[in-house]
Formats: sequence, C-alpha cells, structure tokens
Amino acid sequence: MEIPYTVEIRRDTGLTNGKIGIWLFLASEVMLFGALFASYILIRTGSPSWPRGDTILDVPLATFNTIVLISSSVTMVMAWASLMRRRFGTFRIYMGATILLGFTFLVVKYFEYSHHLHLGEFPRTNNFLAIYYTLTGLHMLHVMGGMAVNAYFWGPGAKQWKTNPEWFTNRVEHSGLFWHFVDLVWIFLFPTLYLL
Amino acid sequence: MTTDHAGSVTSDHAADIDRHVRIYITVFVALMVLTIVTVAVSRFHLPVHIAVTVALLVAVIKGSLVACYFMHLISEKKLIYAVLALTVAFFIALLTLPVLTVHDGYWMR
Repeated sequence: MEIPYTVEIRRDTGLTNGKIGIWLFLASEVMLFGALFASYILIRTGSPSWPRGDTILDVPLATFNTIVLISSSVTMVMAWASLMRRRFGTFRIYMGATILLGFTFLVVKYFEYSHHLHLGEFPRTNNFLAIYYTLTGLHMLHVMGGMAVNAYFWGPGAKQWKTNPEWFTNRVEHSGLFWHFVDLVWIFLFPTLYLL
Repeated sequence: MTTDHAGSVTSDHAADIDRHVRIYITVFVALMVLTIVTVAVSRFHLPVHIAVTVALLVAVIKGSLVACYFMHLISEKKLIYAVLALTVAFFIALLTLPVLTVHDGYWMR
C-alpha cells in the first residue's frame, strides 16, 4: 500500500504528512528537554550554593564540541541543498561529513565523561553532576539517534534516490530538522552547564 | 521542486538554492562569532543575573538563527507556526512555574 502525501502537498495543511509529523515530534522533544531545564532551574535556585560550571567542567573541550556540532548542522543543510540541486555525489560527501562530525562530538564526550568518572565524579556525587550527566546524557542519546538515521540515508536508504528522488529529499530534510534541533539544544546546554 | 523533463534542475531553481547556500555560510560564520562571544563574556565573571541574561540572550540569538535558516522556519507554513506557538507557550510555563515557587531572591544576588 502506498503511503499518501509523502511528496504531494495536502490541500488542507499545505504540507506533506512527514513535515507535520517531524514538527509535532520536535514539539514533544521541546517539552522533554524543557522539563529537564525546569528541573535544573528548580534545583539550582533551591540550592544554598552552586558551583560555576567552568570550575568543574572543561570549557575548551565543550567549546570545541559546540563548533563541531554547529559545523555538522551546516554540512547537514548542505547535504539537503545538494539533493535539491540533484547532486547525489555531493550529498554523499556532506552527509558523510555530518556523520563524522557527530562521531567526533561523541568521542570528545567520551573523553570528558572518562575524565570525570576517573576523578570519582559520578551523578550521585552532587546535584550539579546529577543534572549535568542527565542533560548531556539525554542529548548524547539524541546525537546517536540522529547519526543512526543519517547513516541509513547515507548508506542503504540512499537507494531510494533512484526510484523516488523527491521522497528521498523530503526524508533527508526531515532527518535534518531533527539534527538541527539536537544542535539547538546544545546551544542552550553549553552556556547553562559550562559557563554559568 | 522545479525540474525540466530530463529531471535536472532549472537555472532559476539552481540560483535560488545557491542563494540559500550563501545564507547558510553567513549564518555559520555568525554562529561561530557568537560562540566566541559567549565564551569571552563568561571570562569576565559578571554577577549571576547579568551573566545569565547575557548568556541566554546570545543563546536565543544563536537558536533563532538555526531555527529560522537551517530549519527554514522563516518561510514555513502557518500550521507549523501554530504548533510552535503552542509549544512555546507550554515551554515558557514549564520554565516559569518552578521559578515562581522560589522567593528567596536567588537571582538578585
């Protein structure tokens, strides 16, 4: 059975179903991270003292990761633009770069976590570390999820380009929207946890 | 998507995409500059309420750039705006309610 409105626009919404679906999903994601940010505010304001993030966390490393993630957002949108120009080879290069940048982010995060765990700084150690591990851990899971989807479109999923290029382009746009959202969350996490 | 019969991209469409790509590069540079600004400002060790205001202001600008240009919100359909307006309303409520429960003047220190 053919899935309706994957390429053609619905007359009532002016959008494809996939576009509405991904935005509704992102709305739920905003509330998920919003709840954790609210928890952070409540724990911080209710605490008699709170450490500055840069006294515990590695700011240069996190700044590097911020640059990596922003760069991956650019390569992601360039991958989509390449498909819009019907340049599949260029799409593969940009999408590959996006996946590699995501991987770089995870490797840096691994070293960051390892350092803290080696020092005996666990989530149970104090409230700051508890909220740090929770927020960055959930964000990291999103990076992994986005990478898995992007890797699928770079690899086996790319076969669809030959049979239905418009649908494939739409799917890449939707995975891009998720990836940009992951970048957007980090843009708020970075100053909140590391700099304030 | 505007294509000719052979499935290739028309010159108008290609020019439009090229214009978008130039915007993406400009936004990328702006995001890099703002990231440096965020880190640089934190080095001044400002009072908490000023540091929070500046950091969040820069983060909001950066987030808006990502949402408007990379996520194409600047040219999106009304239904998406409606969904996001509702989300923003609930998000603000979610962030504000816990703050209202705390009256010890923490943010004024």
